[in-house]
Amino acid sequence: MTMSNDLTANNHKLVGKNYTTPDLLAKINGKAKFAEDYRADGMLFVKLLLSPVPHGRVRHIDTRAALRMPGVKAILTVDDLPEPADSVTDLGQVIKADRLGERGLTMEPVYQGEPILAVAAVDELTAAEAIEKIHLDIEPLPFVIDPLDSLRPGGPNARVQGNVWMRPAPPPNAKPGPPPPLQRGVLKWTEEDFAQAKEGQLPMGQATDQWQFGDVDGGMKNAALVLDETFVTPNASHQCLETRTTMAYWQNGKVFIHTGTQSTYQTGPAIARWLNMDPKDIVFISEYTGGGFGSKITGGVSLIVPALLAKRTHAPVMMRISREEENFIGRARPSLQGRMKIGFSKEGRILALDMFVICDNGPYEQMFDAAGAGMIVSLLYQPLAMRWRGLSVLTNTPPRSAQSAPGGMQGITLMEPVLAKAARKLGVDQVAIRRLNAPEGKAEFGAPMGGRRGHTTSCYIKEALDGGAKQFNWDERKARTGKRNGSKVRGLGVSMSTFVGGSIGYDGLIVLKPDGRLYIQSGIGNHGTESLSDSHRISAELIGIPWEKCELIWGDTSKNLPFTCASGGSTTTHAMTRAAHAAGMDAKRKLQEVAAKTLGGKPESYEVANERVFRKGGGPGMSLAQAAQHAIQLGGIYDGHELPKDINKATAASATALAGQGLMGVAKDNYPHDGATFSFVASFAEVEVDLETGKYHILDFLAYADAGTVVHPAAFGGQVLGRSMLGIGHAIGQKWVYDPHYGVAVAKRFHHTKPPTILDAPANMAWAAVGIPDPETPVGARGIGEPPVGGGCCAILNALTDALGDEVIRRAPVTPDTILASLEAGKPVYGGLKADV
Amino acid sequence: MSVIHDVIPAFELFQPATIDDAMMLLDRYGEKAWVLAGGLDSLEWFADRIKRPKAVVDLSQIKELSGVRSDGGGLEIGATTTLTEVVRHRLVREKYSLLAEAAEAAASPQIRNQGTLGGNVSQDARCWYYRAGWPCYRAGGNICYADAPTGLNREHAILDAERCVAVNPSDTAPALIALDAKMVVRTPGGEKVVDAEDYFIGPALDITRMNILRPGDLLTAIRIPATWAGAKFYFEKVRDRNVWDFALVNVASAMTTSGSTIEQMRLAVNGVAAHPVRLKAVEAAVAGKPRNEETAAVAGQIAIQGTKPLQYNGYKVPLMRNLVKRAIRGVAGEEAA
Repeated sequence: MTMSNDLTANNHKLVGKNYTTPDLLAKINGKAKFAEDYRADGMLFVKLLLSPVPHGRVRHIDTRAALRMPGVKAILTVDDLPEPADSVTDLGQVIKADRLGERGLTMEPVYQGEPILAVAAVDELTAAEAIEKIHLDIEPLPFVIDPLDSLRPGGPNARVQGNVWMRPAPPPNAKPGPPPPLQRGVLKWTEEDFAQAKEGQLPMGQATDQWQFGDVDGGMKNAALVLDETFVTPNASHQCLETRTTMAYWQNGKVFIHTGTQSTYQTGPAIARWLNMDPKDIVFISEYTGGGFGSKITGGVSLIVPALLAKRTHAPVMMRISREEENFIGRARPSLQGRMKIGFSKEGRILALDMFVICDNGPYEQMFDAAGAGMIVSLLYQPLAMRWRGLSVLTNTPPRSAQSAPGGMQGITLMEPVLAKAARKLGVDQVAIRRLNAPEGKAEFGAPMGGRRGHTTSCYIKEALDGGAKQFNWDERKARTGKRNGSKVRGLGVSMSTFVGGSIGYDGLIVLKPDGRLYIQSGIGNHGTESLSDSHRISAELIGIPWEKCELIWGDTSKNLPFTCASGGSTTTHAMTRAAHAAGMDAKRKLQEVAAKTLGGKPESYEVANERVFRKGGGPGMSLAQAAQHAIQLGGIYDGHELPKDINKATAASATALAGQGLMGVAKDNYPHDGATFSFVASFAEVEVDLETGKYHILDFLAYADAGTVVHPAAFGGQVLGRSMLGIGHAIGQKWVYDPHYGVAVAKRFHHTKPPTILDAPANMAWAAVGIPDPETPVGARGIGEPPVGGGCCAILNALTDALGDEVIRRAPVTPDTILASLEAGKPVYGGLKADV
Repeated sequence: MSVIHDVIPAFELFQPATIDDAMMLLDRYGEKAWVLAGGLDSLEWFADRIKRPKAVVDLSQIKELSGVRSDGGGLEIGATTTLTEVVRHRLVREKYSLLAEAAEAAASPQIRNQGTLGGNVSQDARCWYYRAGWPCYRAGGNICYADAPTGLNREHAILDAERCVAVNPSDTAPALIALDAKMVVRTPGGEKVVDAEDYFIGPALDITRMNILRPGDLLTAIRIPATWAGAKFYFEKVRDRNVWDFALVNVASAMTTSGSTIEQMRLAVNGVAAHPVRLKAVEAAVAGKPRNEETAAVAGQIAIQGTKPLQYNGYKVPLMRNLVKRAIRGVAGEEAA
């Protein structure tokens, strides 16, 4: 790393400073346009006919009466959708289409609420009345809501093809190589598997995947304490405030689509795949998105419905998605049912960890949450030996997707209550036991691959634990917890958490124009995290231009965007500060060269600062505006007519379109990067439980983050506290409720699923950051969106067990009924192992 | 016919300016009319296309239906007075803080700005099977899905269930019963005034209604007598979330004391039956008794006599018991009011 361009030092004008983001004013004054805000002449509206059954086969649909209605323009079914297309990655790898995958409409619904057909009409009232006139003849098929029911001998399968994702047996004489991809298959456990589990314990039959390192059996044997605990984490809908509403129209063979996304650039290729079209015929517009949390990494497949209806009807088409529909098609985090057997030394060090997890996969694409849970647990608690076994079981419940810290959050939730119990049993302080097991530096994680395990770029969670314990007055509070005051008792909890915090290898593209302004091309989505503008400020910082003179171009794939990361797993701040750094450095180098070519001398004798490029130590110089003019005259690499060879072809096309307009900074992130990037948080909470009602309140909460350099404190704090609330929601109330007999959701309204509200937030809520730059990235910044979720959830759960003892809580969320029923019974009332309650 | 939700069907909207005009419209349309106050209950029914009235009579333009007025020694509160207005009204806060507290516990700030007192007490059951349009007893069918062997009934009744196990969700209803409020109802045959506790009905009486209102009737006002003004009040609502959530169980009581002795008490709980439950046996048992832990414990035990929990709502029994105890002696460890 070049030290002179080191943005990790505390000497910059933009990095680490708060500012007014370019999208802020429009969000406040209401001028921000979300997909639903668009209107066009002659626009039609769509309503969906949803499956009334959890699994069935449509035998016949009679649409005649609906089509006869005045105002009804078209009906779309799965037969009108393009065949699923194979896709090709940037590396040329062909990914075969899954013919059983989700397509947006279906004749074999695999969950209640799955869209079967769509009606386009002049207004929603007409479309709704048309749907009521459609006769649907549907043959019910076997269904299953809970993974364990499907694993029982003779239990139902969610899909005709099977009930789990499993690896096919290798063919005889198979050559050694990577394992074949998982397929849908049938797996049943034996009655003995179920009989071996005691009440409240997760049965453990055959897993579909496993890995191990170290001597697990030996570690258990040498342990001073062995705990064997079962825990269930909830299915939780993303509940984005903006639903998956989409508007689409066609012009001159191109389709224009407005919908929410987390990743503007990356959504174009996804739409191309869904519509089986050439990406260059797709214009995707998404300037504002009302939340994603992993459910809209590249929008959602449902967007093809209005797109195809618009093509059919030759009219713009709007499909507004209601909250009930969103609860069906809007994605959710999968529940994990887990069992953790852990051997501790008498000091509390984890000698051996045996983890078994079942993922409630939903009906479609394989979820990797069970595997992610194992990987994250192996990193965060650094067991000396570990075995992980897991499986993903198909259920007839709404499709899942990644949700903030996918798998990791659930893995930590399976783990933290066990660690808290061990600390109590061993008489070790809760912060101390975590510090003892915490990773540091280039910490190893995951399954051994070719005899070696991966390692982190850096890790300072011990500093976060120390800083947090001090700021939270841990020792002082500890002295007063557990004391009963009337019917109230307080509890104190601490949790660690981690997740992925960055990817690498994307492109930056900026143009300094003769008007003296810097035009920044952004392919980042605007879903409220502010990484959209935060990341690009690095370029401005490097060439010494004030933010007020920067123009951010975003939210429209027709506006010449560079190759940009998918914003999932909070990779953006890391990935795109690197790309912005590369583009900024490229522009700076070119400014120096333009000055040298114009004014004489060597490029390195010129300095770039304060909107000028000038000779170091005094002498001639020019404004950035003048330099931009000279760059156009010089042409070639300076104004984008010649481009670097290693940039993505999409970046090259965008740069070519912008060539000749000014001095161009365009480069790929080629910075060295040793390790995998993870961020960390230590979370602290104090709760007060009312033992007469089971109701509890969160009095105080602190999240102390380790995510490297803080690029934008206000946005960083917003992420830390906001995602902590997402996790707190999992602890205190957010849930699904499914009637197991009918296989349908009874909690469909927003208030039924109980996402946390602002009045559920802790009375006091604070954040802080370690702020030590990550050494493997030029700005030192990692993403922070993911880790606070597990930390928020588990700080609360641990505070509750501190107040109530270890035998009350076996699942999240923890609601007053659970607490009161257990206290009343004087023993744990487990409430079963079901994924949904 | 396929089912679709979240599109309100067309209806004729009337916005009368007087009670007489509203009554005329209700008479004209009979069972095809729907009375709309704040809309929090109604619009959900409409959006789900389950209730499809021909005519909707919106009460929002009738000035005489709204506002808090002194009425002799007590108060008269118009039926369309918003919950926020009830919460903020000086006389309510000074003399009947029980009602202010109960109203403030309802729903969320935004909903209280729109929702009315009359609507809060008259709202329909919130059982998720019934509200989703399942053909249950209450909807005219012949099954209770919540009381089926696999039914989900964590929020349902532990008392007085008769085929239907839905509960009354109102927070203000038990407070009005504790205050001995009177409900003023206009019927085609004239005005009648009924005690609050007689306003609510259970499934044994009529499984399709939560209160005495028949088509053509209109709740116009709620009168609170001076009897319990300034008494010792207790209100508590236990819910999952701190806001925007119905009660699992709530309790409201009014008490007069002489020294440390309870003179008289009125007490009601909600969330346990299809109607708010006035606990007359508790009231009788605590009158003349010292206000202490022992009396509270006895009251709690009396309160839960006859409860019949379902599969998932057994916790409501100790919750009801403990809330009744608190209504007598306050929250343990805290100074009783």
